Amino acid sequence: MDELGPGSEIDGFRLGEIMHMGSMASIYRLSGRDGPLPLIIKIPRLGAGERAVNVIAFEVCRMVLGALAQGPHHPTLVAFGDVETTPYLVMEYVEGVRLNDWVQRAPIAPEEIARLGAALALALHDLHRQDVVHLDLKPTNVLYRPTGVAVLIDFGLAHHSHYPDLLAEELRFPVGNWVYMAPEQVLGVRCDPRSDIYALGGILYELATGHLPFGKPSTVAQLRRRLYRDPVPPRALVTDLPAWLQEIILDCLEIDARDRYASAADVAFDLANPGQVELTERGSRERRASWAMLMRRWVRARKFEPAPCPPPSTRIGPAPIVLVALGLTQSDEALFEALRDAARHLIAAEDRYRVACVTVVPPAAALSGERYEDTATGRHIKHLVNLRRWAKPLELPEERLTYHVLESEKPAAALIDYAKMNEVDQILMGAPRSGAPARLFPGVSAQVVAEAPCSVTVVRPRSEN
Amino acid sequence: MKLALFADIHSNLEAITACIAHAQALGADRYAFLGDLVGYGADPVAVLDLIEQHAAKGAVVVLGNHDAAALGHPDDTLKSNARTAIAWTQAQLGAKQRAFLEGLPLIVRDDNRVFVHASAAAPEQWIYVTSLREAEESIKAGNAGYIFSGHVHEQKLFYMGADGRPMPFRPVPGTPIPTGKHRQWLAIVGSAGQPRDRINKACYALADFDRGRLTFFRVAYDHDSAAQKVRSAGLPERLARRLERGA
Repeated sequence: MDELGPGSEIDGFRLGEIMHMGSMASIYRLSGRDGPLPLIIKIPRLGAGERAVNVIAFEVCRMVLGALAQGPHHPTLVAFGDVETTPYLVMEYVEGVRLNDWVQRAPIAPEEIARLGAALALALHDLHRQDVVHLDLKPTNVLYRPTGVAVLIDFGLAHHSHYPDLLAEELRFPVGNWVYMAPEQVLGVRCDPRSDIYALGGILYELATGHLPFGKPSTVAQLRRRLYRDPVPPRALVTDLPAWLQEIILDCLEIDARDRYASAADVAFDLANPGQVELTERGSRERRASWAMLMRRWVRARKFEPAPCPPPSTRIGPAPIVLVALGLTQSDEALFEALRDAARHLIAAEDRYRVACVTVVPPAAALSGERYEDTATGRHIKHLVNLRRWAKPLELPEERLTYHVLESEKPAAALIDYAKMNEVDQILMGAPRSGAPARLFPGVSAQVVAEAPCSVTVVRPRSEN
Repeated sequence: MKLALFADIHSNLEAITACIAHAQALGADRYAFLGDLVGYGADPVAVLDLIEQHAAKGAVVVLGNHDAAALGHPDDTLKSNARTAIAWTQAQLGAKQRAFLEGLPLIVRDDNRVFVHASAAAPEQWIYVTSLREAEESIKAGNAGYIFSGHVHEQKLFYMGADGRPMPFRPVPGTPIPTGKHRQWLAIVGSAGQPRDRINKACYALADFDRGRLTFFRVAYDHDSAAQKVRSAGLPERLARRLERGA
């Protein structure tokens, strides 16, 4: 890999200027015919003399980025190469400013810290909601887009509870950045999102004081000090620092994960609403714990039992699915809106719900039209467009919506089959309205209710009179 | 190549049929049956005939301890309900089914893959791979990139770390796990025909070798019919309830 440089090609990607040459990987901007592309390529340093953790970090990064839903808080993974032959990751180039730029100017104004910190906490929360813990949070791994949104980069040490933890095996030596590492991480715990909250506390501390809460440990013994030692209160270093900010920082830096904020969203809320921060002894603390207290903690730290990791947010199996069956042949806006209302209620109650918008049409062979709209593909596309039109007002992110045009002479059986095959949790469908032609097909809802493998809600718009 | 892996089918026709249909819908083009084809359930003949058809088309099939017991090999480890079911199964099997079972190997090695019912370290001893030590022994004896096995009814994935110690992982059903060729993997695919983790859905796994992905699945099936057949056959009530409750 040493001969790589600007102008080299990997799998058809042309390398542009080098952006970063680290101990684990090199990062280049990709260039196209007309200049740089909005993409970067990350190439792990492999081969003789390089550490095994580089390969594993590459695998982990690929796995975690590939599993995350597309969103603003992490770069989108575009392509990757095989770990055995040509390992590389092609990702979105994030236009933005590194958090490190502010850290170098620290101490900075509390309002600025609150703004940067709240954005970072929201990005962490987005990650934690997807059962990912970053575990390598540091000022060089955070970027801010021009909109102020924080972006987390470098997931090489992350933990995703749906995948085997390839890094657990490397833990004879704590992996990650020692400066911001949480006490439980020092002991090898890799599944607690509150470890990221601790690192966030470390970063806030640095922004507020210009000092590191625990210096730069160079030995495991120095690293282990944080199992019992609390940092110098920020207000002892910067006297005019507001109590609310010290309260937040020291809450994040609690030794036992159970004593910290329970979620990054709570940190974001407090940073965004300083007036509402509940001040405790932490906010007014002026010195570190007494020597007597330290002794007691030190004795305890020798048998430090890290808090158990909180259970993953998800239950066994993928996110629940609600199937919305739509008859598109006769448009009935009142019924469509009633179905949307029912779907909104479900989504509001369970924010992991995915919505599968389904319609059933007669098989293509039954068609004999000459116009494009009457051909099988033309008709299929028309139905997809209509399904999308129905779903648009729900304002759900794209990854939580799917569209299906099923071909079958027997709509009820097709819906039931689909529900079984995809382990649908709930079906929403229109009721046949008395006096009017049946919505989907006659008798369909009755059969689906009778035979579906899950709950079925038959929706009827409220009548006008 | 997409290889569907089924273990501990235990004469449950409803479960194995549902799993095979699920795998086919996902594009499976090869099949492996990892032993304990019979025992406990009420459809030994139909299940064996179905698996024999797949074997004739190239599916891998290995022998399990219940299959060996059905052939008359004494097995002291079987509990009373299991023995009752084996005695009943023996009475159902015809010459065709017996001949098929008798022809089954204990372990199959195919390229970089090993198929075995229990531990590759001693297939005939029916060792339960439940600890890291047993996993390590099976992986080392298997000496292959992928070892696929059953016997233990719950889904589990072990992967060999750089230091030669296996790491355990409980798979999340439906989540494809990247399983790189540079590591060794031991996958226990879970029981298709008699799940015991309080989830009454059949277990199986699908390995996509082209994309380097292994996905574990739980498939809903008609456990009521399977349980009803167990009752009609006069087999112990506990075995019927187990299918209904998954425990």
